[in-house]
Amino acid sequence: MMQLYIRPDYEVVRNEARCIACRVCERQCANEVHSFDPETGLMRADESKCVNCHRCVSLCPTHALKIVKTDDTYRENANWEAQTIHEVYRQANTGGVLLSSMGNPKPYPVFWDKLLINASQVTNPPIDPLREPMETQLYLGKRTVKVERDENGLLKDTLPPQLKLSVPVLFSAMSYGSISYNAHESLARAAEALGTYYNTGEGGLHKDFYKYGKHTIVQVASGRFGVHKEYLETAAAIEIKMGQGAKPGIGGHLPGGKISEDVSKTRMIPQGVDAISPAPHHDIYSIEDLKQLVDSLKEATEYKKPIIVKIAAVHNAAAIASGIARSGADIIAIDGFRGGTGAAPTRIRDNVGIPIELALAQIDTRLREEGIRDNVSILVGGSVRSSADVVKAIALGADACYIGTAALLALGCHLCRSCHTGKCNWGIATQRPDLVKRLNPDFGYERLVNLVSAWKHEIEEMMGGMGINSLEALRGNRLMLRGIGLTDTELRLLGVRYAGDSL
Amino acid sequence: MKRIYVNEQWCLGCHLCEYECAFANSGIADMVRALKGKAIRPRVRVEDAGEIHFAVNCRHCTDPVCVQSCISGALTKGEDGIVRIDKQKCVGCLTCVLVCPYGAVLPSPEGHAAMKCQLCTDNGRDMPNCVKYCPNGAIVYEEREATQ
Repeated sequence: MMQLYIRPDYEVVRNEARCIACRVCERQCANEVHSFDPETGLMRADESKCVNCHRCVSLCPTHALKIVKTDDTYRENANWEAQTIHEVYRQANTGGVLLSSMGNPKPYPVFWDKLLINASQVTNPPIDPLREPMETQLYLGKRTVKVERDENGLLKDTLPPQLKLSVPVLFSAMSYGSISYNAHESLARAAEALGTYYNTGEGGLHKDFYKYGKHTIVQVASGRFGVHKEYLETAAAIEIKMGQGAKPGIGGHLPGGKISEDVSKTRMIPQGVDAISPAPHHDIYSIEDLKQLVDSLKEATEYKKPIIVKIAAVHNAAAIASGIARSGADIIAIDGFRGGTGAAPTRIRDNVGIPIELALAQIDTRLREEGIRDNVSILVGGSVRSSADVVKAIALGADACYIGTAALLALGCHLCRSCHTGKCNWGIATQRPDLVKRLNPDFGYERLVNLVSAWKHEIEEMMGGMGINSLEALRGNRLMLRGIGLTDTELRLLGVRYAGDSL
Repeated sequence: MKRIYVNEQWCLGCHLCEYECAFANSGIADMVRALKGKAIRPRVRVEDAGEIHFAVNCRHCTDPVCVQSCISGALTKGEDGIVRIDKQKCVGCLTCVLVCPYGAVLPSPEGHAAMKCQLCTDNGRDMPNCVKYCPNGAIVYEEREATQ
């Protein structure tokens, strides 16, 4: 059968005047784009293999390389763009479902960028975080507590288990298997150093990382990979994964190539065999079923650990969250449709789910209206890109934010969106030992600590500017936000006024 | 003394250190001008065998065999612990090249002399260039308990 040639979207441009033919690009490219021609002494590039991960660009000592978008073009057509045409060709060539990685790249509106933050002037003073105390510490968990006293009149400790965070940012679920050992070690060490948490994802917890248990959230997903008593007991909290923002409504599929010996041991599955997570939990078909799993996990861990239920942001997220808040869960995690993934069918990633900003605002509103907001804390993720997004999320009603993509970027990820190939040149989304070692956790952990520390400073600055000195006072404080370029419906759903609309 | 050590676990075999070494010791300010079209003669060499890679350069031994075997007194170990070569005194017998157990003393490209890593103290750098530009922290410059 004829295979239609699909021209690569990007071209490798080498400045021959600068190239010293050191062959670093060749040695560092797992996709084998670069090669050395001994006859001419020149480097060559085969751009058809290039995924635009920028490993060669970053390491070239003379900065002789750049990757440019190709100017090859079909006859222009606003309806049939080159990307769309290529996808049709690709499917006609192979008959396969299109696969993608990382978050939804389509130009849907980003509501974070249409929200503006308030600042104090004259009537209420801003606070200088360098001179005055600024509280970024917070607790996640259930807050509905009856005050009870013992026979001596002393307060009984009836507070359900809480997670203590020194910054409102956690590392979101990324499984060992989808990301490498060194990436996991970087996240675990950074979470410990920062006084926050990382999340194992659904791939179990490697034995080496049990020592970071106090800063680990372990996941129980539909595949139940690597779930056993010690796993649950080691963790600070347990997350039941009902859905993922990048692929709501479908399960997971880790290709056999990524199931190395270590991954197989950690997941408790055979080596080299595809790991399939079913779309539903086969024991959960209602909120009552969910409650049973929440209760089982609490029973198994002696009611010492908060239980998180994670769902993808979908059309009825608010109603679902209301059910979860009544299921006994301590924390609800919502993952927006721009959240990342190690692999998802392209059509699902690009077309299913809703923006996290709208889901968050609606869930917070719904839980408040029903008087059950204090039953749960709310964690949001799905493309929180900066400290400003964190501040806006908290003002919309979140307790804290999960970051995944931003954390991977800090580790060197260049968003080439080729995780599913397993040949990550940055040592993140791969299990190939020669590639995994490219991510030195000593550097990785430091870069993550740098990122979150920088965000913490920025969050303090923004809070200070608003005259707010603790996260508690910012949470759900939607008067600190104004919309710009939004419709009346969007403003209503977000629960914010338009910019310029004074009180 | 501070020495260069290689963490084999993190060495990627990218060979950047060799180019950074050759550049640092070229005396030319521009890397392209220094290295383009030339066969480099670095003082650090990356050994590759399958998936194993590590960079080798002078260990600045506590009791250096090269200094002992030098027939012209060109090789000396300074008070700072650095083993240096005085090219004016070197007669190019290359005994040091033969005796170095690490293969870290090499014939100089200009001939009639040997060359070796002097921790970039002889080329105006603030720290060994291979260490500075190792992308994965595989080559480090630090104080450790002397092994030899």
